[in-house]
Amino acid sequence: MKYVAGCDVGSLTSKFVIMIKGKIVCEEIIKSRPKPQESAETVMDKALQKAGLKKENISFCVGTGYGREQISFVNKSVSEITCHGKGARWLMPTAKTIIDIGGQDCKVIKLDSSGKIDKFITNDKCASGTGRFLEVMAKVLNVEINDLGKFSAKSKTPITLASTCTVWAQADIIKYINSGYSLDDIGAGINIAMANRVAMLVSTLKPEKDICMTGGVAKNEGVFTALEGIIGQRIKHIRKFDPQMVGALGAALLASESLTGEVKI
Amino acid sequence: MITAGCDVGSQTAKAVIWDGEKIIGQAITASRAKPEEAGIEALNRAMQAAEISKNQIQKIVATGYGKELLGFANSTESEIVCHAKGAFHKIPSARTIIDIGGQDAKAIKLDGSGQVKRYIYNDKCAAGTGRFLQIMAEALDVKLEEMGEIGKKSTEKIIISNQCVIFAETEVVSLINSGKSVPDILNALHTAVANRVAAMAKSLGGIEPDVVMTGGVAKNSGVFFALSEANKFPLLKFDGLDPQLSGALGAALIAAEK
Repeated sequence: MKYVAGCDVGSLTSKFVIMIKGKIVCEEIIKSRPKPQESAETVMDKALQKAGLKKENISFCVGTGYGREQISFVNKSVSEITCHGKGARWLMPTAKTIIDIGGQDCKVIKLDSSGKIDKFITNDKCASGTGRFLEVMAKVLNVEINDLGKFSAKSKTPITLASTCTVWAQADIIKYINSGYSLDDIGAGINIAMANRVAMLVSTLKPEKDICMTGGVAKNEGVFTALEGIIGQRIKHIRKFDPQMVGALGAALLASESLTGEVKI
Repeated sequence: MITAGCDVGSQTAKAVIWDGEKIIGQAITASRAKPEEAGIEALNRAMQAAEISKNQIQKIVATGYGKELLGFANSTESEIVCHAKGAFHKIPSARTIIDIGGQDAKAIKLDGSGQVKRYIYNDKCAAGTGRFLQIMAEALDVKLEEMGEIGKKSTEKIIISNQCVIFAETEVVSLINSGKSVPDILNALHTAVANRVAAMAKSLGGIEPDVVMTGGVAKNSGVFFALSEANKFPLLKFDGLDPQLSGALGAALIAAEK
């Protein structure tokens, strides 16, 4: 029995997926540590424990994410773009556009009909439109980042953020809090601002359906719905799998291909 | 004729009183939630310094982001025009003005008569503005006004690779954790601000000397020096006048013309 694994070390979270014969055995996610190697080892140990396996049982492991070059135990490292494309396509064979919002970046990937990467665009220069924007705003509002999404459904009059820059937007939010606006309206406005920034990136690549969203922010319904509205196209939900784990899943799928020698992108 | 210029910015309010020949009063105060209050305070303090009363001032021109909210002003003028006017008055050889304020940065090109030829402005992104330095000063636990001097003690050249304030702040924290010294980090931050602003100024189609730097950030000797390096031209600064007062001086001069 040959197990394979994918390890995705991101700026905020690290993810690990173990597979066998095209089936997911287990998945694990932790908060990233200061050192990528430490994150990778910790998340792997937790995943192995969960699956009741030992390190020796993993025949091939692919690393991805911003810390991928610093993971010593992987057999190969592959770019996030390739891994997200691979993982998303496996979960949704009709996917042609993938919007991935990570902790410190945002990527839009277009696949051709065979699943190969056609084009992609990345923003990792500006915190706006990345998970970091939401993290900063959640801190100002003193709420959990995972709770930001639910405000949108409860708000009828979301606030408007004039500034794109995270620093200026933060100052705007403080003014709104001090002026007595409700948490629902402020939270909804934050989700819309986030979606607006991501939409700028999405529209430069002319998205084709099916469009799906990966990364932790895909779980924020407020951003998800606002983004659909702005780009004027439906975004399909990835069901029965955590969208944050898609990069690690793609890495595990590539590990499986490396093992069998089968090259299928 | 006595006139006044009042420049209400995001961080400070400035006032200058002009008697037709020279500055007779000036003041810089911290901005408040209400721009008009800050403007009045700056003006009152400038009047005290000039030992005059309000009715002796024949005309007041307002500028800065809070200009429309200053009920006491007779008229308003754009920041670009006021900065150009003030800087050209102080340094008539000025052909390029680089102004870095608390929340924006401007580059202005002038012709030989002091008229604005072209300008560019950034208030969309906090990188390359005074806010960048303010946030980094907090992260490093250094006083904003001491950054320049401390940075001079730098012995090792390091580079800040992120432009975004949010990402650069994280980078600074990891530089501290990896044992880099505060002067070295400050020096790298000054270079980062200077490069960002120089790139903006260069987009005006070349930088013509003399180049004058104004705004609160001109008081940071580290940024001042780094900007000279980045522009490949020596930078000039005002002699005997706070570079933050350029816009208010320009407004007072414009009031005298009208």
